[in-house]
Amino acid sequence: MSKQPSASVLVDIYRRMTRIKQNDERFRSGIRTGRMVMPYYSARGQECIPAAVSVCLDDSDTICTIYRGIHDSIAKGVPLKELWAELAGKATGTCKGKGGPMHITHPASGIMVTTGIVGSSMPIANGLALASQVRGDKKVSVAYFGDGASNIGAFHEALNMASVWKLPVVFVCQNNQYAEHTKYAVCTSAANVADRAASYSMPGVKVDGNEPLEVYAAARVAIDRARAGEGPTLIEAVTFRFFGHNVGDDDSYMDKGEKAAWMAKDPVPRYRAWLVAQSHATEAQLADMEAGIEKEIDEAFKFAMDSPFPDVAELRRDVYRDEVAA
Amino acid sequence: MSASSTTSAAKATDKITMLQAVNWALDDALGADPRVLVFGEDVADPEGGGVVGITKGLSTKYGGMRVRSTPISEQAIIGAAIGSAIAGMRPVAEIMLMNFTTVAMDMIVNHAAKLRFMSGGQTHVPLVIRTMTGAGYSSGGQHADFLEAWFAHTAGLKVVIPSTPADAYGLMLAAIDDDDPVIFIENLPSLRAAPMLAPVRGQRVPIGKANVIRTGKDVTVISYSRQVHDAASVADKLAKENISVEVIDLRTISPLDMPTLIESVGRTGRALIVHEAVKNFGIGAEIASQLSEKLFGKLKAPVQRLGAAFCPVPFSKPLETAFVPGQPEIEAAVRGLLA
Repeated sequence: MSKQPSASVLVDIYRRMTRIKQNDERFRSGIRTGRMVMPYYSARGQECIPAAVSVCLDDSDTICTIYRGIHDSIAKGVPLKELWAELAGKATGTCKGKGGPMHITHPASGIMVTTGIVGSSMPIANGLALASQVRGDKKVSVAYFGDGASNIGAFHEALNMASVWKLPVVFVCQNNQYAEHTKYAVCTSAANVADRAASYSMPGVKVDGNEPLEVYAAARVAIDRARAGEGPTLIEAVTFRFFGHNVGDDDSYMDKGEKAAWMAKDPVPRYRAWLVAQSHATEAQLADMEAGIEKEIDEAFKFAMDSPFPDVAELRRDVYRDEVAA
Repeated sequence: MSASSTTSAAKATDKITMLQAVNWALDDALGADPRVLVFGEDVADPEGGGVVGITKGLSTKYGGMRVRSTPISEQAIIGAAIGSAIAGMRPVAEIMLMNFTTVAMDMIVNHAAKLRFMSGGQTHVPLVIRTMTGAGYSSGGQHADFLEAWFAHTAGLKVVIPSTPADAYGLMLAAIDDDDPVIFIENLPSLRAAPMLAPVRGQRVPIGKANVIRTGKDVTVISYSRQVHDAASVADKLAKENISVEVIDLRTISPLDMPTLIESVGRTGRALIVHEAVKNFGIGAEIASQLSEKLFGKLKAPVQRLGAAFCPVPFSKPLETAFVPGQPEIEAAVRGLLA
């Protein structure tokens, strides 16, 4: 790999991956035990993609993501206490409990929009990039979306406009091979999402989304290209979601064994083993890191549980700049 | 007219069209604030400076970075406006005709309107969507609808609809200043109507304030956009018969200036609401309901509404003319309230 990053970056990618995985496990156990009540679209299995993209971004670079996007926010650096409080619907949450899991927003970390509408991250990421282009501030925006979103009109409008205007934006498709319950090939005319980039005269790159070095290399090139004013790139990162469309999904629409085969090559432990085998990190160092994250999650969970619910007056606030009259 | 105003080349007695007024407002906003962007289909000068010429000269004066023609991609246009607004710009996006906003409703309703609330106030979306509409050009069922009720029904949006050049200018500047998303509706026949009093450059018209354009004591006619002028003509005609009609130009649909309406109808006891949008489930229904809730005992007659027929805008000229309520209908409705 010609562009292999330094050991510290390689470990940083793992830190973000395991942070996503460990939080996801706690979200799901919280839902199962009734302590967390929320719609949840797990991205377990897709950790590598935002982890390897985010290490290429500065804090002031921005992302727009989607309902299956908490992993993207964690990778970008959303603080866990405020995240957990938001998921619990508490006043101390990132969005005062008014957004919830499908609308995580944290501008201080560059997380500008999380949308519950398939395909809508892309046109708005263009707008963030447009502002950067007009200002000449060299910031880059990233739009995350799924394979299903490549069939909605907004994808095509956004890619065309980004290309015509050479916007500093990177389109990252996390192809988990299912649009809700429908398999990729049933509803997608192109063999690869990346092939669609050709229609919009931009580079289209397909990578193994479970291989951190591949995702990193593609993201590095695309982000550098955007920052240099050379325009957008479409990256298709192929992956798999381990827990269906949403938590509670019975997976009856999947071939038996398909999920098991993907779970057997879980990217998180596989990358962990590689880091240790290649001496980029020691077993003890990573175990320490994981224990630290677990402790941070404990604290975040406690913070969320101990926090108050928002006041009902919040119904009148943040609708407009000025509070709506009672 | 403010004595403290500005660098205007126009004298207060000059007259301009609403089309020129919107151009002035965009020109002044672009000149005053580097955050202001203008984009939409055909808006740059090589493409004609807008389909009716409203943005003519702006891309030449301010450059293609800030004034851009876009693809015919309404979702992408509004997405670009939302993202740049969140990032601190002040975009004025044109959706050429109001019917084309339907193609971008996800961006407008699910995103522009809601991001402030859903983010707990961490982000806000100070954009303006300029859009033109109105019957009168035989453009048929998909180029002339008034859809303001859809937007007024959405929490988080403001809806502005001027009837004069001066209001169009002042409301546009106020809309660009505003920290919330504003839908700015321009009536096509009004844009090209005979010139009226020019605005004072730099002078804002506040959003959310109705304008009493005729004072009267017998009936209040509440309207906006082109029908305001019809209502005023009817008021002038009936004045000769000693029927005293107050005419209120809403100027802003949302937030609605109910205090002004309640004060007026509280005095006259009779109200008629007139708009070009279809009558059913419209702005008139909301106003009638609020007036009834607040003034039930004081009303001398049931609140009346006039709106377009409940059908798509028709093509054939006699049908199109009959579709929109005009002066005869307004006059009959006022007389009916007094009968």
